[in-house]
Amino acid sequence: MPKTMYDKIWANHMVEDRAGGVALIYIDRHLVHEVTSPQAFDGLRAAGRAVHRPDSIIAVPDHNVPTKHRDQPNPDPMSTAQLEALKANAEEFGLDYIEMDDARQGIVHVVGPEQGFTQPGVTLVCGDSHTSTHGAFGALAFGIGTSEVEHVLATQTLQLPKSKNMRVTVTGVLPVGCSAKDVALAIIGAIGTAGGTGYVIEYAGPVIEALSMEGRMTLCNMSIEAGARAGLVAPDDKTVEYMRGRPYAPKAGQFESAASFWRGLGSDEGAVFDKEITIDGSEIVPLVTWGTSPEDVVPISGFVPEPGDYSDPAKQEAAEKALAYMGLEAGQAITDIPVDRVFIGSCTNSRIEDMREAAAIAKGRQVAAGVIEAMVVPGSGLVKLQAEEEGLDQIFTQAGFEWRDPGCSMCLAMNPDRAGAGEHVASTSNRNFVGRQGPGARTHLVSPAMAAAAAIAGHFVDVRDF
Amino acid sequence: MMDKFTTINSIATPFPRVNVDTDIIIPAKHLKSIKRTGFGEHAFETVRYTSDGDLIADNVFDGPRYKGSKILIAGDNFGCGSSREHAPWAISEMGFRVIIAPSFADIFSGNCVKNGILTVSLVQHEVDALVIAAEAGHEMCVNLDDQTVTCGNAQYGFEFSPAHKEMLLDGLDEVGQTLRSKAVIGSYEDKQKLMTPWLFKESMCTERSQK
Repeated sequence: MPKTMYDKIWANHMVEDRAGGVALIYIDRHLVHEVTSPQAFDGLRAAGRAVHRPDSIIAVPDHNVPTKHRDQPNPDPMSTAQLEALKANAEEFGLDYIEMDDARQGIVHVVGPEQGFTQPGVTLVCGDSHTSTHGAFGALAFGIGTSEVEHVLATQTLQLPKSKNMRVTVTGVLPVGCSAKDVALAIIGAIGTAGGTGYVIEYAGPVIEALSMEGRMTLCNMSIEAGARAGLVAPDDKTVEYMRGRPYAPKAGQFESAASFWRGLGSDEGAVFDKEITIDGSEIVPLVTWGTSPEDVVPISGFVPEPGDYSDPAKQEAAEKALAYMGLEAGQAITDIPVDRVFIGSCTNSRIEDMREAAAIAKGRQVAAGVIEAMVVPGSGLVKLQAEEEGLDQIFTQAGFEWRDPGCSMCLAMNPDRAGAGEHVASTSNRNFVGRQGPGARTHLVSPAMAAAAAIAGHFVDVRDF
Repeated sequence: MMDKFTTINSIATPFPRVNVDTDIIIPAKHLKSIKRTGFGEHAFETVRYTSDGDLIADNVFDGPRYKGSKILIAGDNFGCGSSREHAPWAISEMGFRVIIAPSFADIFSGNCVKNGILTVSLVQHEVDALVIAAEAGHEMCVNLDDQTVTCGNAQYGFEFSPAHKEMLLDGLDEVGQTLRSKAVIGSYEDKQKLMTPWLFKESMCTERSQK
């Protein structure tokens, strides 16, 4: 019987088929950061348990790290305690640990692929919902809670129910000015933030095949915003070439057999999906979110909706609350929304390609006077170094952007980078939730090029007009 | 090891907002503790406190009306967003043992089970009826054994994973349970070392310290 990619990876990792619809699934790769792991290590110590396979883990700090003045002591004692706990736990349990001042340090979901730690066909977990990012390689990758972090540390497995299969096919050719971020937002806008609940989404079709590995990571990253625990893209030549020569990738003698295994992972011809969605990629336009849920997307040429546009009373109420929180009027043109702050970064859009896209717009221009702060935060030290080699940092700083050190930064307001109450933020991150970027902060999700364009214009603007 | 789940009889707290994300349940700035406790006071912060940090007296979580409630009645797609287990820790610290909603985000509902919280999915009109009953101060009974929610004359059945049911009813230590399969895990690994040897340290790239 033809199998989907998800079915194949699931079968490859089945340790035990348990009663009650649950299987014991083997976990190949585990990324650990400072926020969701300390209680898990405490649990191991309390029970006198060891880490089953230290070689399956990379520990790296990202959520809490400051993105400037790293040479100075961290003023937040709680952040410091969490960062120190990660280091101490990594040492105690013998894990590969990347220091904050190491060039490889960065956001877990940038570091994993960059180091070749993320590989096609593996199961990969992390105590972070954006672990779905790694599905870009054809890895079954998903976020887990802290109890599950402890479970994986101790047993190298998880007790999991099997998800259903969904395929999202994006046809046509993506228009100029649109990027993987717009594809992700278009899909979430179409199926809603619960549209993928209970499913693993496989992305397919010519638009997906044409995306770079970076673009595929952006797309898979936001699978969780559609409710799906994981997203997948079938490995192809781009995947194999990306892997070649990376520090944790298979070595020369094994690389070709690994590559041939990877190429066979894609869904079989005729495989049946529980749900199929098709989106015409040629119709995608640059998108902006107006509300407090990632499904609140609207074209850059569009208008803030009326609550009455929704038929569901609960959605109407949510729209009213969102309008009040965002300080927007129904019917207002999106291009009339002023931008107070700009954030280019996060595990969604902080890779070299994102830096290049934003720099192409910023080059030779100036951040508008009304913008309080526009920051560019590369996803890792290696992305930062490469961008500097290409002179992108100069383009940004000359245009009035700040060029920061790598970390999660203003995506989630748990480090010094945050937006003020009432400020509209053009953000390349993944969540526009209430208070996500700071209490009262108003997040609008956009692509890196759209964020850079908004910084220059001082309001949202169609990047295709640049 | 968590407490065994028993039948819960309680009034219920109505909070039927859709797409309540884990940043609303517990904002990221409060995730810096390295302990499992202390999150309850910050739970639903934007609902309970003004922007100046003053408690809103009549909010559903702190007002006298729903004091002692062990059941939270929520809206569709409850718990979406981040995987932070701090969300169920916070909810548990507020005293809730059951959340009833039309649907839950996957990671959140998984995290709830591990912390002795039962997530009950009912269809929208049943949840709507329970919201009305909760607002009227009626007590309801949630029985995991029978998989029913009873309120007055109304009774609603719900589906629940048999494996998770067993875990909640027995208050199981999941890690301890899995470690009983250690030998099976070991033989799986032996097989994988032959199938995909590049995933094991002995055959991994030697340039690991390369920057």
